[in-house]
Amino acid sequence: MVNKEQIYNWLEEVSDPEIPVLSVIDLGVVRDAQIVNGDWLITITPTYSGCPAMKTMEEDILSKLKDKGIDSARVELVLAPAWSTDWLSENGRIKLREYGIAPPEHEIDKSVLFAEPTIVPCPKCHSRNTRMVSQFGSTACKALYQCNDCQEPYDYFKCLK
Amino acid sequence: MKNEALFRYLLRLGDDSLILGQRLAEWCGHGPILEEDIAMTNISLDFIGQAMSLLDYAGVIEGKDRNCDKLGLLRFEKEYVNVLLVEQPNGDFGDTMMRQFLFDAFRKPLYERLVSSSDKQLAAIADKSLKETRYHLKHSSEWVIRLGDGTEESHERVQNSLNTLWRYTDELFYTDEVEAQLIVDGILPDLSGIKAEWESTVKHVFSEATLEIPANNWKFDGGRKGRHSEHFGHLLSELQYMQRAYPNMEW
Repeated sequence: MVNKEQIYNWLEEVSDPEIPVLSVIDLGVVRDAQIVNGDWLITITPTYSGCPAMKTMEEDILSKLKDKGIDSARVELVLAPAWSTDWLSENGRIKLREYGIAPPEHEIDKSVLFAEPTIVPCPKCHSRNTRMVSQFGSTACKALYQCNDCQEPYDYFKCLK
Repeated sequence: MKNEALFRYLLRLGDDSLILGQRLAEWCGHGPILEEDIAMTNISLDFIGQAMSLLDYAGVIEGKDRNCDKLGLLRFEKEYVNVLLVEQPNGDFGDTMMRQFLFDAFRKPLYERLVSSSDKQLAAIADKSLKETRYHLKHSSEWVIRLGDGTEESHERVQNSLNTLWRYTDELFYTDEVEAQLIVDGILPDLSGIKAEWESTVKHVFSEATLEIPANNWKFDGGRKGRHSEHFGHLLSELQYMQRAYPNMEW
């Protein structure tokens, strides 16, 4: 008998199409898995409203479950509660840093108006002497930073909550 | 229809998002610098995503089997109810940032109130969108300040952007029987404080940016009733082209 834990273990093998080093579990977009009317129903939530990866994640989840012998699963998208970078797993944070992307700081960028942006340590040399190049990076969930010490340009997985 | 006022209100929110998202998408590949090209298209994506949530939900309330694609891409011009501000042409980068700032400064306090709507789906969409809107407002207000308090030329040009766009701002606060009904129904919270909050944000940013609010009090409206500016037909022809040329196509 397959249980929820087993489903979550299998979904650890489904990667985020934009940041393949993270699984959909690390990312925190999988919110629940339960049996409804005899079929597994997987509930996911988008990181950003227009995240173009959601459709791919849904297909990848279904195809992974099919590989594991579950033919009739469904995926449902819910908006509430809204996704937060606090749901990123500890393991996911470590994997991000190793991949060269600075993981989200636990504090939202307070500079909504007129304050200094969050200090984001360089994922390569760990210096805190870094600067934000652009609030919007290669995807909606990232900002672009550069290290003033080692000069490394890097993505910052920006805090959202 | 389950609730006509809610349907009409969701179209207002959804159309504002869709049309501004479409305008920002026009910058793709044309931004003044790579970072801004990426920023504007990222913001566009947020707006289109919000529009999808809002129009999908409008379709559910309407109950006629229309989803965000049908509502977004297959209505006629007079059925769109976005404010005139969001359909104004991109102009130069300063015009786009000014348009964006005037709108973001309105959207943030609006979403902050909609979060407490008694309608759970509307509240969920507002909560999700608010987090994105905070980043948008930060981006657009910083550019307004940078351009306004920048060089003589950037100051003059962005002041002209403000002079041109100011006449469309009053319409942001347009309300009629739709909002009134939803407030009676308990679906919408009190929206009356939004204008004061918007004014305080724009005054603060314009003072940092050394920009003057135009004295001219000439105002335009009509968007909420489906009366659009000339630019709108051209925008729709591009937005709708694919579905009109190849009905029901998907990819």
